[in-house]
Amino acid sequence: MVASAEVRVARCGGSRINFIEPIITLDSRFLLCASGDAVHVYSTSTEERVHVLQGHVDLVTGLRLNSSNHLQVYSCSLDGTVKLWDFTDGILIKTYIVGHKIFSLYVSKFHEGTVFIILPMESSANTEAFQLVALHLPKTTGPEVEARDILSVLRDVSPIPKATSFGRGGEFVASASGLQLSVYFFRKQKTYRFSLKANDKKGARNRFTCVASHPNDDCIATGHEDGKIRLWRNFSQKKEYTYSTEHWHHSAVNALHFTPEGTELLSGGVESVLVLWRYGAGSKKDFVPRLGSAIEHISVSPDGSLYCTSHKDNKIVVMKSSRDISAIIQGLVKGETIRTDLLIDPRTKALVCNGKPGHLQFFSLRHDKQLYNLDIVQQEYIHEAGLHQCEVTKAAIDAQGSWLATVEERQENPEELDIILKLWAYDESTQSFHLNTSISMAHEGQISAMCFSGDAEATMLVTTGRDGHFKAWLLADHPDGASWSCDYVGSYHRREPTRCCFSADGSLLAVGFGEVVTVWSPSTWELLVTFSQPPGDIRDLCFGRLSCSKYLLGTTTKNLLCCWNLLTCSLEWSSTVDVILLQPDPLSENMAAFSRASGSTDLFVFKPSEPRPLFSQKAVCSGTVRRAVFAPREEVLEGCDESTQWLSCSRLYFLTEHMELMTFSTKSEEDQIIASSKQLVIDDSVAVTPFYLLLGKHRKSQRETQDSLIVKHFVLQLLHTPAHVLPSASFLCNMFVNSLLISNLFVFREDGRCREEEMGSEEEEEAEEQESEGEMEASVSAQGPAVQGFQTEPTPQLSKAQERELRKLQKADFSWLSSLLDS
Amino acid sequence: MGEFKVHRVRFFGYMPSGIRCMSFNERAERLALGRLDGTLEIFNFKDSFYQEKVIPGNDSRSVEAVCWVAERLFTAGLNGEITEYDLENLCPKYSLDAFGGPIWTVACNAQGTHLAVGCEDGSIKLFEILPEKIRFERNLDRQKGRVLSLSWHESGTRIAAGMLDMIRIFDVQSGHATHRMLVDRGVSGMRNHECVVWCVAFLSDLTVISTDSSGKVQVWNAAMGILSSTHLVSKSDVLSLAVSKDESSFVVGTSEGTVVQFQFLANILGGDEKAWVRTKTFKPHTHDVRALAEIGTAVVSGGLDTQLVVRPLLDKVDIMSYDNVLHKIHFPHRSLVSCAQKAGMLLFQFPAQLEVWRLGESEGRGKPGDTLFVKKNPEKLLQLKRKGEDHISCSAISPCGGWLAYSTVSSLRVYRLQCDEHVSISKVPKLPKVLRSAHQLSFSDDSSKLFAASTHSMVHVISLSQSECKHLHTFKPKSGSTEPVHLLAASKDGKWLAAANRGCEIHIYNLHKLKVPHCTVPIYGSCPTAMGIHPTSNNLLMVHADRQIFEYSIVEKQYTDWSRRVQREGLHKLWLERDTPVTHVTFNPRNAAQFMLHDTYMFCIIDQSLPLPDNKCQFYNQITLKSLSEQERLSHAHAFKMCTKYQHLLFLGLLDDESLVVVQRPLTDIASQLPAPVRLKKFAT
Repeated sequence: MVASAEVRVARCGGSRINFIEPIITLDSRFLLCASGDAVHVYSTSTEERVHVLQGHVDLVTGLRLNSSNHLQVYSCSLDGTVKLWDFTDGILIKTYIVGHKIFSLYVSKFHEGTVFIILPMESSANTEAFQLVALHLPKTTGPEVEARDILSVLRDVSPIPKATSFGRGGEFVASASGLQLSVYFFRKQKTYRFSLKANDKKGARNRFTCVASHPNDDCIATGHEDGKIRLWRNFSQKKEYTYSTEHWHHSAVNALHFTPEGTELLSGGVESVLVLWRYGAGSKKDFVPRLGSAIEHISVSPDGSLYCTSHKDNKIVVMKSSRDISAIIQGLVKGETIRTDLLIDPRTKALVCNGKPGHLQFFSLRHDKQLYNLDIVQQEYIHEAGLHQCEVTKAAIDAQGSWLATVEERQENPEELDIILKLWAYDESTQSFHLNTSISMAHEGQISAMCFSGDAEATMLVTTGRDGHFKAWLLADHPDGASWSCDYVGSYHRREPTRCCFSADGSLLAVGFGEVVTVWSPSTWELLVTFSQPPGDIRDLCFGRLSCSKYLLGTTTKNLLCCWNLLTCSLEWSSTVDVILLQPDPLSENMAAFSRASGSTDLFVFKPSEPRPLFSQKAVCSGTVRRAVFAPREEVLEGCDESTQWLSCSRLYFLTEHMELMTFSTKSEEDQIIASSKQLVIDDSVAVTPFYLLLGKHRKSQRETQDSLIVKHFVLQLLHTPAHVLPSASFLCNMFVNSLLISNLFVFREDGRCREEEMGSEEEEEAEEQESEGEMEASVSAQGPAVQGFQTEPTPQLSKAQERELRKLQKADFSWLSSLLDS
Repeated sequence: MGEFKVHRVRFFGYMPSGIRCMSFNERAERLALGRLDGTLEIFNFKDSFYQEKVIPGNDSRSVEAVCWVAERLFTAGLNGEITEYDLENLCPKYSLDAFGGPIWTVACNAQGTHLAVGCEDGSIKLFEILPEKIRFERNLDRQKGRVLSLSWHESGTRIAAGMLDMIRIFDVQSGHATHRMLVDRGVSGMRNHECVVWCVAFLSDLTVISTDSSGKVQVWNAAMGILSSTHLVSKSDVLSLAVSKDESSFVVGTSEGTVVQFQFLANILGGDEKAWVRTKTFKPHTHDVRALAEIGTAVVSGGLDTQLVVRPLLDKVDIMSYDNVLHKIHFPHRSLVSCAQKAGMLLFQFPAQLEVWRLGESEGRGKPGDTLFVKKNPEKLLQLKRKGEDHISCSAISPCGGWLAYSTVSSLRVYRLQCDEHVSISKVPKLPKVLRSAHQLSFSDDSSKLFAASTHSMVHVISLSQSECKHLHTFKPKSGSTEPVHLLAASKDGKWLAAANRGCEIHIYNLHKLKVPHCTVPIYGSCPTAMGIHPTSNNLLMVHADRQIFEYSIVEKQYTDWSRRVQREGLHKLWLERDTPVTHVTFNPRNAAQFMLHDTYMFCIIDQSLPLPDNKCQFYNQITLKSLSEQERLSHAHAFKMCTKYQHLLFLGLLDDESLVVVQRPLTDIASQLPAPVRLKKFAT
């Protein structure tokens, strides 16, 4: 039993980017949002992620621009620190250690050297009480500073960041909690509290949901549970305060934000409509409808040119103030539940699972971004509470990634069940899946399991249904194109099949019927053998891989993990573990088993042939694990010791009870990431994205070939140098002519590559094309070598052509300089 | 507490008229209210919103606008006349034709020297107010298009006039229009319709506020003649406007039944730059809000749905008290029903007619709470249309059912009624000359005398017999009060007569010794709303608008012990907080210690032999008492027995066969007879 400190559970991307309000930088070029433990910096124009600010060790809960330096940003986290970042370079400048969980962060332009944070109240026994405090940031140097200078501002506030807002010129802070609005005036040091009744005769629900303050007027806008927006005025009066009410939203107002000039108030809620209220013009309003999902947060760029909405489906929409949508940043869509298994698309290596209602999402784990959405149900989604929707409940992809099978289900009442099995073929030309066959009511009852055979020649799909049958489906040729049809219907003593599993080569099919496992030969549909380990029904079934392919593993509901030997048809071993999830690694013999243990989940990784687990970790997360999957790595991880060997060629991802996607990362891997991120030096003002690297370079090189680079540089140098420090013209003339010859000299110096160098633009373009195929993988880490490539060992992601070009550039520069020095 | 057979009467088709206009007199704290049928009502806001005076309407007179000038009341209407009212005799004093076609609006300047009226022909006429009358002075420049609203600047030198599609500012001195401000017609579908400026208000800082038929509230700068802000309040008309006295807020009423408040608020707290901001929205009505008044601590609104709503502005209220809660006034504070106890007949008074009904009969007896089978249906005996154009102001039927009398402003008629097999009615000819009109009519218990309250608080006593009517005597109050009498009560033995007038005086006359008035009850600050003389002890029982109860012994000329006890111990808080005044007193003939009171929402039997409730004990204790045993019940019982089973009561009385008559008029019945309200889109329908 190795409990290794080398391996830790980490959030790996796919985290919520809609957790807190995103912020847009002063120049509107970057969008910053918190994503799990990290802060992501996106370009607002290209949607590309530019930086990841990593450093917090717990959830980031607040993000604000530094009001005195607009190139810096403060972030706070549940780990009790406030960090100051330079987001253009992605550098951590300072860490302020507070020592309490921080739930929210505010910055006021008029309180220099102070940030406001929301902390739990220490003294009170009630852990649900929070206070807003002013945190004085000490001016001492050093990367880590203890900040203990705390001054309480407001007590009993809500920990939700959007329930607190700073008013005009930082003169007051308004915070709503429950049914009470508190306004604290900094100058008078006085708090006013206004309460509303919980509800009235007309069924109003007055609980506050969010607060926004007008930037120029003394006006506070509050959103309420029943969709009302109240505009409070005259709130420096205990009794003569007043408010006006607007009502458009039918459900709670989730977000409110004033534009920087205060001319418009933006509000959003579950209706997925951004409402723009004209300030001071009563109920005049404009709408931006059909935003796709409930609005969670709204933010506006400091110049008012961009609006930004965070949505419930983990999406950030950036729109111009003309209401044209300019960018959509989509994270991993996570609903309340996940019905499908986590799958890996063999082609794109993307994670496939339930996305938007009725959709499957293809999410690239490597780039932490959604590749595309596949509309399975192909029906319009109508948001209404209590409406039964068509849901994708099962999905399976065959080993080559050319077929996708989905099951959608809709159940209005217990008698009326609607099931459609759909098969999708991958179309090379459009690079996406197309519906091939749609089979309604494939089974009489719900489909409990579905799997493709691993056989490359004849792909077979097996489904098991609650109606007591399992069915095999085969692709049959038709005059008007191939489609799928039922090949075989099997059953076993009228028991209900629950699980099915193909062996790796597709020669055996195991179907679990209650407590009995039956093994069938798919070619002849002969029942080969049955295994049974009563009591307890079969929960999971899987065949061993590679060297362990003679084993069949099964877990039962009565805390038993069994391993049967298929050659001897006997039980090889069994152990009493309450395994809730058994997941085989497709690239190795390893199996991951998650077992339940008192409020948390343990993980064992083992080989069926070996009695000792390769790896085990207690309490990988609290609560149960919903789904897990092994995703193959892009390249084999080097330098793994024995305990982390199982992570070398694939990564294990799992979904926790709270729908968080977690993974296991090794120390060496993390060190690499940190090392690569330290190399980041960006001297260009343009957002450096891989796309830019490609295209920007391309343009430059074209120019270079047209009018020789060195001449250009030299002429530039000539023109820019003041005349009185220039050497004599005769001397320069010689040099000028020399410089014209240099490029040719180079060709000779370059050994074995002269041909390419001469070729010029066409050749380079060709090289670019080569790059672009394997491109888009060049992530942040690839940028380092792009600039300093010739000094450090380039990482393998960098294509040879690019590397070569860089080297050429570097040398060209250098030679020009040396020629000047020499002379 | 006794058990009664109850006649539940729901066939009185009383229909109040919609409210057209109102004006609040701040000095006297009285609200004058004009209804669509031309009736004027005056509410005393000092005295629990009691409806103090009612001036009955006239078919030929309409009230479009009402205006107080000091203590004088003027109205103007579509018949083109300006009318001043005699508030003591409750009748028009004089009318003056303005010769400008129908008058839409009337406004008085702050100095109280001139009236301006806006006419259909586009003229604005100025009238000088003289002590006894008004005199036409001159016309301002005549414009095209009717003048619908007028407002004086407080200096009295400028007038803002709301017309069709525009607002004009007039200089009073020269009579010329100085500014012409065009009002936008609103949404595209309404382009062809003229925009009617329903209301204007001229503030002292030369700001003009206008409300119009396209749903806008606009704030104008009258010094420059420019628009400063527009607020779209409604999809339909904004009909009324009222500005607070300090000009820090105003309210507007829309045809959707909403009242919207605007406040003049600083953009920055404590700053100087202020703007009109829409703040609160109420929905007190279901129909058009035609009239509004801001009375400092409350907003008074009235509209086509006939109710008067007093909504307090909680931010202006310091202490919560009776005056600072929401009041809705649905019914008149006087009785429109009189009952012939002996004959079992009811007389219903409508503005244009009288109806006499005979009550039905039921079969046998039942358990308490049972509905008895109706053996004989109630029967409408008679419908008597009034003569002339004046509305009926008061009416009475004699206890024996043989006499009927009603009065309008101009005439009084007495009828002899015979209803054995055939109903026959004959007008009593040759009434005594003194009977010209009456404010209140009452018959003596033996139906031999008619009491008619007339001008100057006089009460005429007429003896009725088959052959002739004879004027016996006229009682005059010793105080010389000129206030109209609104309550009359005669004792059962025919010896005493009590008359209460609006000046809160109650005079008691001895009908056997006609020469000298017997005595005067000490004056209490609140107006009496109901009174009655006890049939056996001859004590006068009075209930006032502030719901205080007094009992005065006529014989001993002093308050009785019970009355003193009530004053000493005080009445229960919940009793004092009741919304509507008590309008009738009846005595239980079976138990001399019990008498009955009723207001709109309950009736109550008060037992003088039981202890009074103090503020600590449960006031509405009927259900608790029911659950207790006999012994405990005695210790918990108190003098007030409330019954809220019958709501929206117009009348409650006892017949001679000791059955109760309850006349109800459910508000839903009134609402169903109103015209359809403006259709509003309701969410999720």
